Order: sequence, then C-alpha cells, then structure tokens
Amino acid sequence: MRPEIALPILVPLIAGALSLLCWRSISAQRAIGVIGSVAMLIAAAVLLHHVWHDGILVLQLGSWQAPFGISLVADLLAAIMVTLTGIVSVCTALYSLATINREYTHYGYYPLMFLLLSGVNGAFLTGDIFNLYVWFEVMLVASFALLILGGERKQMEGAIKYVTINLLSSALFLTAIGLLYGVMGTLNMADLGQKVAQVEDNGILEIVAVLFLITFGIKAGAFPLFFWLPASYHTPKVAVSALFAGLLTKVGVYVMYRVFTVIFPIANTGIIEPLLLWMAGATMLVGVLGAAAQFEFRRILSFHIISQIGYMLMGLALLTPLALIGGIFYIIHHIIVKANLFLISGLVFRLKGSHDLAQLGGLYRSHPGLAILFLIPALSLAGLPPLSGFFAKFTVIRAGIEVDAWWLVAVALFVGFLTLYSMIKIWVEVFWKEQTPEAAAALQPRPGPHTSLMVLSIALMAAMTVAIGLAAEPVYLLAEAAALQLLNPQGYIEAVLGVQP
Amino acid sequence: MLTLMAISIGCLYAAATYMILRRSIVKLVIGLVLLSNAANLLIFTVAGMTRKAPPIIPDGMMLPDGPVADPLAQALILTAIVIGFGVLAFAVVLIHRAYEVVQADDMDQMKDTDT
Repeated sequence: MRPEIALPILVPLIAGALSLLCWRSISAQRAIGVIGSVAMLIAAAVLLHHVWHDGILVLQLGSWQAPFGISLVADLLAAIMVTLTGIVSVCTALYSLATINREYTHYGYYPLMFLLLSGVNGAFLTGDIFNLYVWFEVMLVASFALLILGGERKQMEGAIKYVTINLLSSALFLTAIGLLYGVMGTLNMADLGQKVAQVEDNGILEIVAVLFLITFGIKAGAFPLFFWLPASYHTPKVAVSALFAGLLTKVGVYVMYRVFTVIFPIANTGIIEPLLLWMAGATMLVGVLGAAAQFEFRRILSFHIISQIGYMLMGLALLTPLALIGGIFYIIHHIIVKANLFLISGLVFRLKGSHDLAQLGGLYRSHPGLAILFLIPALSLAGLPPLSGFFAKFTVIRAGIEVDAWWLVAVALFVGFLTLYSMIKIWVEVFWKEQTPEAAAALQPRPGPHTSLMVLSIALMAAMTVAIGLAAEPVYLLAEAAALQLLNPQGYIEAVLGVQP
Repeated sequence: MLTLMAISIGCLYAAATYMILRRSIVKLVIGLVLLSNAANLLIFTVAGMTRKAPPIIPDGMMLPDGPVADPLAQALILTAIVIGFGVLAFAVVLIHRAYEVVQADDMDQMKDTDT
C-alpha cells in the first residue's frame, strides 16, 4: 500500500476545489494556483524518488485485490511524466500570474487548470484501461473549457474541430475497450497483458490493437490524424497553449508506450510495428514541412509539436533498448522545451503586440536577453549540442542506425535540419531583422503587470534545458532504467498482480 | 437477439459517421450523440446478454449458482453514459455559441484557423 501514488492526482483536485471555493477572490485563486502546483511538483518528485529506490509501486484502491479493483501503478516512466507535469504546471502557474487577468480568472481558469492537471496525472498513473478512459475524459472536458475561455471567433472555430475529433477518438477508445473486455473479460492492464500473451492468432485482438493505435494517434497528433492540432493550439491564451503543447499530446504518446509494451507488445502484433514505423516517419516529415510553410509564431510551434511526436514514436517503433531510452529522453526534453517556446511567444506578443513574423522584428536590439532565452530552447529543439535536444535526437537516431532503419534515420536527420531552418526563420524574423516602420506604427505593445514573472518562468525552463544538456548522464540513466522496465512487462505484471507461481 | 443487436449497432455507427461528415454543425453533434450510444450498446452486447440470471448469490452460498450476467459491463456503460452526457452537453453549448459568433450553421464557414 503506497498512498503517495495517489497524491499527484489528489493535490490538484483539492487545489482546484479550493480555488472554486475562493471564486470571488482573485488573489486567493492566484495564490492557490502557485502553491497548488508547487505542492504537486513536490508530491511528484517524492514519488519519483520512491520509485527510483523501491521499484514499481502499486496502490490497490479500496484494497480490492487486482485485477478486480482499480490499480494505480507508478513505474519509472509514469513517475517521470508526473514530475514533468509538475514542472510545466509550476512554470505556467507563475506565467499565469502575469497573463491571466481578472476577467479570465472569473471564467474559472484556475479550477479548470487543476482539473486538467489531475486528469493528466490520473492518465499517467492508472493501471486500468477503463479508468484510463475516465481520466482522458476528465482531461478533455477541462481542456475544452480552457480552449474556449474568452469566446473569440477563432477559438470557437478551433474548438469545434478539437472537440469533434476528441469525442470521436473517445468513442473509438470506448469501442476498443468494449471489444477487449468482451474477449478477455478483464480491464486491468497487467492482467490483460498476461492474458493477451496466452491467446494466439485472434483477429479481434488485432482489431483492438489497431483501434488503440488510431485512438492514441489522434490524441498524440500523429500522421495522418493530426489536423485538429494546428487548427486549435494557437487560439487560446498563451499559458493554456503552453500547458496543452507540453502535456496533452504527450499523454497520447505515453499511453502508446504503455499499451504497446504491456498489453500488446509490438513484437507480438504483426501489423502494429510497420504501421508505427510508417506513422513515425510521416509524422516527422509532414509536421516539419507544415511548419516551414507557416508565418505565424504559434502556428509554426504547433506544427513542430507534430514533427517531434514523430521522433518519440520512432523510439517506440524501433523497440530496441536504446531506441526506447532515446524516446523517453526525447519526451523529457520536448515537454520542457516546447512549453517554453510557447511561453516566449506570449512574451513577444506582450512586447510587440503581434504573433505575425512579418510584422515583428528588432527584438534583438531592444531585448538581447530575451533573444538569448529564445535561442536556448529553439536550438535545443533543432538538436544542437550541448543542449538537451542533441542528446535526445542523437540517441534515437543512433538506435535507428543500429537496426539498419536507414530510411527512417534519413528522414529524422532531414527533419532535424528543417527544424533548424524553422527556428532560424523565427530568429531572423522576430529578433534579427529591423521592424518595418509601417508595422511598428500599426502595432501596439500590450503592457501588463508582472512581466518579470513571465521572464522568470521562461528562464527557469531554459535553465532546465541547459541543465539536461550539460548533465545528460543522470537523465540518460533515468531514461535507461525506465526503458528497461518497459521492455520487461513481466515486472509490471508481477508488481500489480503479485508474483504468480 | 445477438444478430439483431449487432446489426443495429452497425447501423448506429454508420449513421453516426454519416452525420459527423455533414457540413452542418447541428448534424455533427447528432452524429456524436449516435456514436457514443453506439459504443455503449457495443459494450452491452459484447459482454454477453444473459437472460434470467441476475448476479445474485443465494442465501448460504459463497458463489452464485451457475452462470450469471456480468454486472461490470453495466457499470462501465453507466459511467460512459454519464461522461458522454456531460461532454455532449458541453458540445451543444459550444455549437450554440459558435453559431452566435460565426452566424452560420456550416463547417465551411469555419476555416479561418485552418492552415
């Protein structure tokens, strides 16, 4: 019985409830926003520490023995993800102090943010496939409301696509769960893993696996199911965009890592592996090409989320130890870098009043510090040493070379090159070139309070990017241990169900 | 009975897909309603429809007497219905607001954020 597993879910739920109680007091809600996310980060870090020392932790809710009750399971990957959620939420909470004004707080920004976070953490920690569906829905409902906060026309248009595709994917997920339960008679992931392994050549199971692939592919924004993402991620408040960009698609990737190692190990399901390899390559390529065509700050970043998802899928699809290490390293690096880039786009908007690259310019001259803060995550995203992205890309691509997946390696290198092009484009347009006088006259800066807090959260995340790059070895060791747990699902199964004779 | 259920679930999925592909956002939401109901009925059917055997343990016994219906599937459906209801309520409010803002019941008028 390890109650600390439930804390990363309970802390944001409690903080959300408290901020609902303080509905009328803006300052109380803000204080709860910061304190709650710091508390969540601490709970997550404690959990990671315990998992690192004691191995996979399991909490059987209500003490109902698995597989009959709902199990919460924290293995290293789940603990890492929860910790990253904590980091992103602390930085966005600080950032929100500066950007979420009285009006948005009255719309219920803080309760919704905490609901989203507890849904995300629940999805990471649950060991029950139907419970996963429930956490997905908790996360989705909160994200729907956050997406349309403010009610502008572009938000409505983006939200309709976002809501439709996500409800579709939920219905497909439910269908897959129903079919799986009908065949196997259990919902516990560990129990499913054990029982599915004993079934040979069952067509229904193959269908269920493909349905899972489609469902999580939609959530992750993988090719060819990504169109909703660039249509909606640039519409809400920047703090919301950063939270979505950092966490939501990664939940889809995480669940793929979980389901396709424990329940349907990729090696045993013939059709998943070629599909996933193909999806990984196409996701990388299409995402980066889409970004190259864009000229709006946040749209470029949205397309880059997609192309980076491709690298993570590549790590899973190759399924060698090194590839999984690379994939997990990539997730760690990507969540921090991507959230940070979105936060920077918000700061640029405040200083200059636009997201349009053509109209921006001259920020290097006026704000050289911000320019450096942009270069760190941007070059890290492109994979330049010694930043975190270099080691992530290096590991994934090296894994590709080792198994002779040459076309995928070629795509990954080419996409890295185009990512650099895209980041340099932002650098040149926003920071380096002189702003045209017409644009300077047309744009108004959007002054607001506490700009230093925005800089602080950006600097915190940039420092983390540098730290992961300079101290890559501990992070690599962490990713290695997590990958080894994933590659040996028997350990997960025994931890949940107890050792079988 | 099973065949009948299978056919009607298939029809529901097909109708839902058709409605979701329509341009009108009202029909889109109707499609989503049908889809979630189709998924619920699917769980109901694949978990096995057992007649005249409620999952009750007779007095003085530790196990039910013979095969009984599976109550878990019903719990799953109940959960899914409640979740689906909440989410659809949101979707209905969303399309109402979207209609007010965009002044059209047409997905083709909502392409500003596409790329």
